[in-house]
Amino acid sequence: MALSGLEIYKMLPKTNCKDCGFPTCLAFAMKLAAKQAELKDCPHVTAEAAEKLEAASAPPIRLVEIQGGNGKLAVGNETVLFRHEKTFYHKPGLFLRVVDTLEPSAITESVKQANDFSVDYVGIDLHLDGFAVEAASGDAARFAAAVGAVTAISDRSLILLAPTPELAKAGLEAAKGRPLLYAANAENWQAMGEVAKAAGVPLVVSAADVDGLNELTGKLRELGLEDLVLDPQSLGYKDDLQAYTTLRRLALKKNLRSLGYPIISFPGAVEGGDETLLAAQYIAKYSGFVVLDTFNPATTYALLVLRENIFTDPQKPIQVQPGIYEINNPDPSAPLFVTTNFSITYFSVANEVEGSGLPGWLLVADAEGMSVLTAWAAGKFDAERIAKDVKNFGIEEKLNHKKLIIPGHVSVLSGELEEELPGWEIMVGPREAVDIGSYLKTMWPKGG
Amino acid sequence: MTIEIPKDKWSGHVREVTLGASANEGGTRARTLTVGGETTLPYLYFEGEIPHPPALALEIRDRKPEDWSKLLLEAWGDAAEDPAAWAKAAEAAGADLLYLKLSLTTADGKPNTAENARAVVRAVLEASGLPLAVVGPGQAEIDNELMVAVAEEAVGERLLLGTCEEGNYRTIVAAALAHNHLVQSRTPMDVNLSKQLVILINDMGLPLERIIMDPTTGALGYGIEYGYSVMERLRLAALQDDKMTQQPMMVTPGEEAWKVKESKVGEGVPVEWGDWETRALEWEAVTATTLIHSGADIIVLRHPQTLKRVRSVVNALTNGA
Repeated sequence: MALSGLEIYKMLPKTNCKDCGFPTCLAFAMKLAAKQAELKDCPHVTAEAAEKLEAASAPPIRLVEIQGGNGKLAVGNETVLFRHEKTFYHKPGLFLRVVDTLEPSAITESVKQANDFSVDYVGIDLHLDGFAVEAASGDAARFAAAVGAVTAISDRSLILLAPTPELAKAGLEAAKGRPLLYAANAENWQAMGEVAKAAGVPLVVSAADVDGLNELTGKLRELGLEDLVLDPQSLGYKDDLQAYTTLRRLALKKNLRSLGYPIISFPGAVEGGDETLLAAQYIAKYSGFVVLDTFNPATTYALLVLRENIFTDPQKPIQVQPGIYEINNPDPSAPLFVTTNFSITYFSVANEVEGSGLPGWLLVADAEGMSVLTAWAAGKFDAERIAKDVKNFGIEEKLNHKKLIIPGHVSVLSGELEEELPGWEIMVGPREAVDIGSYLKTMWPKGG
Repeated sequence: MTIEIPKDKWSGHVREVTLGASANEGGTRARTLTVGGETTLPYLYFEGEIPHPPALALEIRDRKPEDWSKLLLEAWGDAAEDPAAWAKAAEAAGADLLYLKLSLTTADGKPNTAENARAVVRAVLEASGLPLAVVGPGQAEIDNELMVAVAEEAVGERLLLGTCEEGNYRTIVAAALAHNHLVQSRTPMDVNLSKQLVILINDMGLPLERIIMDPTTGALGYGIEYGYSVMERLRLAALQDDKMTQQPMMVTPGEEAWKVKESKVGEGVPVEWGDWETRALEWEAVTATTLIHSGADIIVLRHPQTLKRVRSVVNALTNGA
């Protein structure tokens, strides 16, 4: 946990020498606490104090980075238990498990399908982060071949599921980049630790409870490993919710560095569990790496969207790209609506027009991601801005009419808009998107 | 070294609310449904009491809906043709509560009537012994007309009546007061608005033990994160003993999830979205499961298959595994 200005002040020389550029040690301490200054600016701080201060300023949950031939993934560094308190920073990685006992052609096929999967969600490209290759065969050559088969197709990040140091070595040799190695346990931790250390890769520690995890991370830290990941050995919805919450709390509230690492989970491995819904729990509640056993585009899409939603910064809502959106294949006689580029606003309007079954054009104005009323109040959705977007996006050429339907909440804009857009008729639409269907049926009889 | 597991102790708790009245309580329900009572955050049994699992409701209609996805109508089959049959089918599918939404118009296109609403509610009450929620079509004038009639028809049943919103709650609250029912207090994804409407309803004399809060949610991909965080904030406020946030929370992921393109349609969508039916079912179930983790006490669903899946999540969260 971060130190307060006063706690930092106690460790400074308290000479007010001004060498740091601040008038007093207290002022410097306050700046340090606010992360607006760096400790190295003080030439007089003792080595002992510097060590303590640096340890305290390290993130409570370590940022662990892995890398494939190309794709990179960083997980950890979380600072809150609830997203509204600040935000969740690093989206958990979503991986597909590939078992080396499959025929090479089957591995190639399944990896190719999952690796090619990519879907556009409000302008964001969603895809899986990589593959977890499992040495289920127990055969080093077979495992290495499987890893090679995966990297031949995908340059995303890898997790190597290798139960012994020998298998781990074989997998690491075949892999590219910086994979995550799974896993060290109470029996093999020393040898696994040496392998991970030699290869410079992060290592998962696996134990059934908090004490077991704590003991293992302690030993591996002594061995010189810094990048660790926790595997609390998935047991299912209830136990995992409690275990993950406990780990997050210990790291954030008790400042327990030995448990301040990301968590890895295997929702498909829980007997009688529903892989998708357990994965949903892990995404919302504190997992850092989620390894799926099955790939299905429909399911993966849902989980990737959930991850995007939960990890959206609450201070910065998702925006939609401003522009002209076509709904239900509109022709030039279809009605034209205008709304703002706040994603929820856009979705509400687009969904209702779509649901009405009638074609329409939707002009999404650049209102800096605000809803209609907020944007209007802030001067980001006024007649001038709307008129500019009508011209910029060249909507006039797409239509055989000059009618623009504005949201009912900003009916006051209609006069000004008619001045800004000479020759256009401004129609006042409903206040709520839900009434668009009935509005269209009465106000836009065939052909306007 | 043994690590001490940190446990949060809270000063407040969620209020317990009971829906439905049995024969000796003045109603005719075969069973009642109590929700709320939590003294900690969702499913952290190691530090507090969670006396009731979240209740799963299924939405039924007074007549076959014209705007529902084909997938839903296929799942309900002939039952969707008749509210009483639908109520029975929903009970058989494992619902804890029936959520009956009345339509704006009758099958012939004319405005829905008080007589029709009475008849439908009567038929549903006779068909199933489950507790019942009844909500209007969502237009103030018609809602009020229908709900007053429903409240009178089902006097003493402790129905959950909706939808009370900031702009229209007085008539429905008065009807609930007069005929011993509860109300659903719905506000658009905002902590303060939620609290304020509970205060206004309570000020009319309706006890807090008869108010369920609906903070509204968005579907997965369509604003779920707003609803999720508002619910987390409301629940934290309740545990910090902010009295007017201590109502159990109800959300409608079924309605929200089946409104969006991902679930509703199978044609004209990107091929990467995958199999339509799988996607639609995942959409509803993922939306519902996520909201369970933000503190939902009543989850209103639409597809019987989703109810089964979410039930197994609830059972696992409650009983272990």
